[in-house]
Amino acid sequence: MEYILQMKGITKEFPGVRALNNVTFFVKKGEIHALCGENGAGKSTLMKILTGVYPYGTYKGKIYLDGKEVKFKSIKESQDAGIAIIHQELALVEEMSVAENILLSNDLMRRKYIDWNLIFAESLKWLKEVGLDIDPQTKVKQLSVGKQQLVEIAKALTLNAKIIVLDEPTAALTKNEVEVLMGILRNLKKKGVTCIYISHKLSEVLEIADTVTVLRDGETISTDPIEKLTEETIITKMVGRKITDIYPYKKREIGPIILEVNDWTVVQKSTGKKIINHVSFSLKKGEILGIAGLMGAGRTELFSSLVGYYPGHVTGTIKVDGKEKRIRNPRDAIEAGIAYVSEDRKRYGLVLGMNIIQNTTLSSLKKVMRYQLIDQTIELKTAQEINDKVKLKAPNLEIKVSQLSGGNQQKVVISKWLLNDPKVLILDEPTRGIDVGAKYEIYKIINELATQGVGIILISSELPEILGMSDRVLVMAGGQITGELKRDEASQEKIMTYATGGTKR
Amino acid sequence: MNLNMQERHWLNTGKSAKLSFKFDLQAYVLILAFLVIILLFGVLTNGEFLSSRNISNLFTQMSVIALLAIGMTLILIVAHIDLSVGSVVGLTGGIAAILQVWYGWSTWAVVLAAILIGALIGLWQGWWVAYRGVPAFIVTLAGMLIFRGILIGLTRGQTIAPLENSFKAIGNSYLPYALGYILGLVSIVLWFFFTYRNRKKRIKLGLMVPSAWSSYGKTAVYAFLILLIIYMLNRYFGVPIPILIVVVFGGIIAFVSHKTSFGRHLYAIGGNAEAAALSGINIRRNTLFVFIIMGVLAATAGILLTGRLNAATTSAGTSFEMDAIAACVIGGTSLMGGKGNVIRSILGALIMASIDNGMSMMNMEAFWQYIVKGTILLLAVWIDIYSQKRAA
Repeated sequence: MEYILQMKGITKEFPGVRALNNVTFFVKKGEIHALCGENGAGKSTLMKILTGVYPYGTYKGKIYLDGKEVKFKSIKESQDAGIAIIHQELALVEEMSVAENILLSNDLMRRKYIDWNLIFAESLKWLKEVGLDIDPQTKVKQLSVGKQQLVEIAKALTLNAKIIVLDEPTAALTKNEVEVLMGILRNLKKKGVTCIYISHKLSEVLEIADTVTVLRDGETISTDPIEKLTEETIITKMVGRKITDIYPYKKREIGPIILEVNDWTVVQKSTGKKIINHVSFSLKKGEILGIAGLMGAGRTELFSSLVGYYPGHVTGTIKVDGKEKRIRNPRDAIEAGIAYVSEDRKRYGLVLGMNIIQNTTLSSLKKVMRYQLIDQTIELKTAQEINDKVKLKAPNLEIKVSQLSGGNQQKVVISKWLLNDPKVLILDEPTRGIDVGAKYEIYKIINELATQGVGIILISSELPEILGMSDRVLVMAGGQITGELKRDEASQEKIMTYATGGTKR
Repeated sequence: MNLNMQERHWLNTGKSAKLSFKFDLQAYVLILAFLVIILLFGVLTNGEFLSSRNISNLFTQMSVIALLAIGMTLILIVAHIDLSVGSVVGLTGGIAAILQVWYGWSTWAVVLAAILIGALIGLWQGWWVAYRGVPAFIVTLAGMLIFRGILIGLTRGQTIAPLENSFKAIGNSYLPYALGYILGLVSIVLWFFFTYRNRKKRIKLGLMVPSAWSSYGKTAVYAFLILLIIYMLNRYFGVPIPILIVVVFGGIIAFVSHKTSFGRHLYAIGGNAEAAALSGINIRRNTLFVFIIMGVLAATAGILLTGRLNAATTSAGTSFEMDAIAACVIGGTSLMGGKGNVIRSILGALIMASIDNGMSMMNMEAFWQYIVKGTILLLAVWIDIYSQKRAA
């Protein structure tokens, strides 16, 4: 059978990281080809190269479409060549009608005078194609996420795409919507359209795919026909690597329960969907509790809602040191002794225009005041002491945090929270985008804090990190805790099984 | 091993050295631009621009906009905007005049009433912005119309005059010569003292300090300028009260923005609201306070203006908001929030006033003032954006 797409020897480097290393990816014409791998394995990077987001010249290797070499310099060029991508985050203009969105890049919309009747008629045709029975004049924002997804697919079809890339298309869909989507994919296959299907949900992959390629750590591990695979063999291929001993785990004394969360439920305001579904767990003094799960499992939503920073309807109780606390906003959380280091430090952690001292003391200014005024001496000494503790490296503390490396920026954020003397420290992806050396230092800080009796919650997408650091691991999927593993019984395979297993135990 | 390499590599980029130089440059550009404008007008008016009488006038003229610019700086720091200040100036000044002329209230009472109304207006607008989430642009655009409308309604379109002497004095009197010098000297002594103390502290803490020459030299230059200005003003009638009010408010707000947690929080909110909220800062309450401060300052400006003109008119304060915003922006305040300095905004107001004053002394027609001020505003922001792009 002939290959419609051949990507050969693709290597992509970012400063300090090799995201893809000599990747080979062959796709046959008219098949549904699943691309599997852990978070950060390089799936999205590969697709961004294919669709011209990373233009020709920024990567090494060659791409052949129908046997001819292609060099995409922009998304437009890849679209013209017949490649359409449906992103995980939908790229629709919410305030515009369905018809406008479907035909946004169509010539009909680019005429001097737009013939609206023609537009609506044309878009109806495409809506039928994806089995959607809606008025094309409806605004996209009035549709459910699932229907928006179908609109997105209709839009891709108008491009006469030969290859459609679907990046986690079912992450936000209900079960029925997934069924509809599967039907559409089978239909497309009959018409000879090739699909590249990226998904964490292995059950879907096994149901729909003809061929599966597994990526791990930026390398192609295997490409096999689906008949040869089972859920277990795919998982093994996805995680099969050894944990290097960069994790300075030390056996520690673990104390009494310090944080207890009961029946925690979060309902998203806009959709009424239960993002977090009756979650209960506890954390002990001096314990490192790893939280694993795939993207969209609800980890960030759970913990940002715990500190009062998630816009949704929240029910459930929190007890710190046995006392029930009401946490309505981050201030309440700080006072209750809970500190949350968010996953995106530039967006949620730092004021980039401020210097290191000002960022460090931002959440605990009371500590550096005398007579109701900020005392420069106390402020500087406080910042110096705490930043020495986390081994921050900077020429001086008066430079802006925007000038620091990622690892040092993260240390400033951690310093800021340590100044509040937290009882519970929640770290959301604390080593994302940080190089190995700085990672190791952050692990040491985490261990040190745990030894001092701080309860640590470590949210991470990197399984080796979770396994290497945690005393206990909770696995989340679909807004619920689907598994709990002690340090000695935890393994990548077990975590992945829980994480891909949906809501069933 | 690995780590050392990386750190060293980073230290060697020399980024920080370049940046601090650039920052100083920005401050000096402002002062330089000011000096160029002064000299230019000085030459073009055969020295008349720099006469004692004109300097006194210039300072008095700039005081209203300067007061507004002080408050506007805080508003811009938290990444909002206030388009209503011109109308608030008119309304508070108008109410003060009405209470005195029609109802015979004493000057003290009307001043207090005007300031209270200013604070209430700030509360009203701040509540809409902070607690109802309506964009400040819209809230204050509405305020601009509403307050102007109320003013016209209350005055029934008339000009309210004349005021009592004590009210007029707020805008038209001067400090006694001796007192002017004494205040000047006291501030210079304090300035030297704080420079000394600050240096000592920083040395003790192991922080970088400029050389003794440069820090005391700078202070000496400022001291000389203060004395020179007081001398020039004393050659006329003395230091005008309006400018004293500006200095007092400017000093207080500058102090608040640097030394209190409130001030620090404002910069954090404007710099990164999400990070500020997660750090436990109450964004709504702080935003509300900023609008109240703006209201109080606008009312003070309204009193000054009414006192100086000895009358309240329905059009008083029209388009002052634009002058105030322009003064802040020329002074380096960012409309994106998180960046701004009260003292520089006052300097910006002085530059704007100098252009108005100098051009009218040259008998140029008024339309030129608009064109020149607009061009300068555009250039000032472009220079700011350009220098930031180059730094990035």
